[in-house]
Amino acid sequence: MESTQSAIEARELTKTFGALTAVSSISFDVRRGECFGILGPNGAGKTSTIRMVYGLSPRSGGTLRVFGRDIADHPRSIKAEIGVCPQENNLDPDITVIQNLEVYARYFYIPGTIARQRALALLAFMSLEHRRDAKVTDLSGGMMRRLIIARALINEPELLILDEPTTGLDPQSRHQVWERLNELRNDGMTMLLTTHYMDEAARLCDRLIIMDQGKILVEGKPADLIREYVGRHVIEVSEPGEELRNHVRTARLSYEDLGHLLIIYGHDHDQLYHEISSRYCRGGCILRMATLEDVFLKLTGRGLRE
Amino acid sequence: MKSISWRFLQVWQRNFIVYRRTWLVSFLPPLLEPLFYLLAFGVGMSVLIGSLHYEGTPVSYAKFIAPALIAINIMSNAFYENTYASFVRMYYQKTFDAMMATPLTVGEIIAGEIVWGATKAVFATAIMMTVISFFGLIRYPDGLLLIPLAFLGGLAFGAMGMLFTAVVPHIELFNLPIFLFITPMFLFGGTFFPLENLPIWARQFALVLPLTHLVNLCRAFSYGAYGGSLFVMSFFYLAGLTLILFPLAIHKMHRRLIK
Repeated sequence: MESTQSAIEARELTKTFGALTAVSSISFDVRRGECFGILGPNGAGKTSTIRMVYGLSPRSGGTLRVFGRDIADHPRSIKAEIGVCPQENNLDPDITVIQNLEVYARYFYIPGTIARQRALALLAFMSLEHRRDAKVTDLSGGMMRRLIIARALINEPELLILDEPTTGLDPQSRHQVWERLNELRNDGMTMLLTTHYMDEAARLCDRLIIMDQGKILVEGKPADLIREYVGRHVIEVSEPGEELRNHVRTARLSYEDLGHLLIIYGHDHDQLYHEISSRYCRGGCILRMATLEDVFLKLTGRGLRE
Repeated sequence: MKSISWRFLQVWQRNFIVYRRTWLVSFLPPLLEPLFYLLAFGVGMSVLIGSLHYEGTPVSYAKFIAPALIAINIMSNAFYENTYASFVRMYYQKTFDAMMATPLTVGEIIAGEIVWGATKAVFATAIMMTVISFFGLIRYPDGLLLIPLAFLGGLAFGAMGMLFTAVVPHIELFNLPIFLFITPMFLFGGTFFPLENLPIWARQFALVLPLTHLVNLCRAFSYGAYGGSLFVMSFFYLAGLTLILFPLAIHKMHRRLIK
């Protein structure tokens, strides 16, 4: 065991591509055994950040220590302890499902017999044992994802890096992936996850950061962030009238006006909801729990990122 | 270069596993190609040509072109493997990206690819030699040296292909080096007619082409005749070319893959 508590320690980490600054002097720690999320709209710098962590991309500035060692000085030994589930499917289409695991194991210098044992166990863990001799191109999207996660586990990593692990999956597949990831987390696996699904982050992450334009906007536990930035409840009023607008302004409530929709954030809104729904509600009026998505949109805005 | 260990053999092994799955497809061209060429040129054309002189010795036309067919085969096996096939693995299948997330370095991945291309050239050469030997066109045991020669030639042309792979933006652009480079070598590398027949400037131009030297060496080993001063020069030319292109291809690939 390493003496350090942090699996990842980033200080003023920076990545530039020519004139573009993808990651701008960010600092964060990922503790051993936790699931740490990096959230952000497209182009926020999530993937650039994790590519630096797993040594695929050299940093432009700052320091980055993984398991207490500098990735620039010890890329080989650090990569041997990391499992990577990339955003793009890069399974090997020229070989079968089980060969994808066994051949990948070779890249880690894992002996053949151990590789086979692990491959079979991982196929069972990911419910893929019935497809072990199938061609990768014959798998469904969900199966491919599960195989990529299985492949990321073949070297029994200390740290699992997941770049948008459920993007493009149907709800059944997503839930299955989440279940497996939860099991891994419960077994003490350290995970670094990027996603733009807020429910995924809220479900899996112990702590997370929200990034935008290469910078960290906030850091914290999902529940704390919701309480701090949004409150407990949210009231959504469609087609709000001028009276309501005046009311929220004079009452100094925290709100967002989208024209057709007025979103009111707050801590204890039971009374407020009754008041608003009885006095101002013309169209629909909803009281719901505040979510991470509210935090995300409040902090990163609603403009499209393309 | 210090980042290259024997782990490159893991990359080689990956390609070998795929090759074994499709071995029949890979075996057919080196089996049939010499048959076609020897039939068309060796039998059909030799009626017109009869025999000719190579370094002062008369040889039949079939015997003249047989070593050239082996040289062309070495060139195209390695060159195509490290252009089209490597490009597909790198660009479309993201196989290199997946490898780069493991302890493998870019140097090892590319070295594994080039050495694989050379290995494929060796396999194809062995098959082709078997066919050509049935016509009695290779002198043994000297001819066995064609095997290590195929490996050296494979490294040279594979590294050259990999260099193109490192710099082309898209796969269609491989037409350019093939049209401007591979095809002229195929025709003017001392393959189908002796260079002595050419004017002096054309002969000198031919000596710049790497295939000319590979053809020279293939002839020397097939005939068991090492007299010409060209023999030593051709060997050093190919070895030198490999020593330059191999690290250069890795360097350029590094630039392409690490961002």
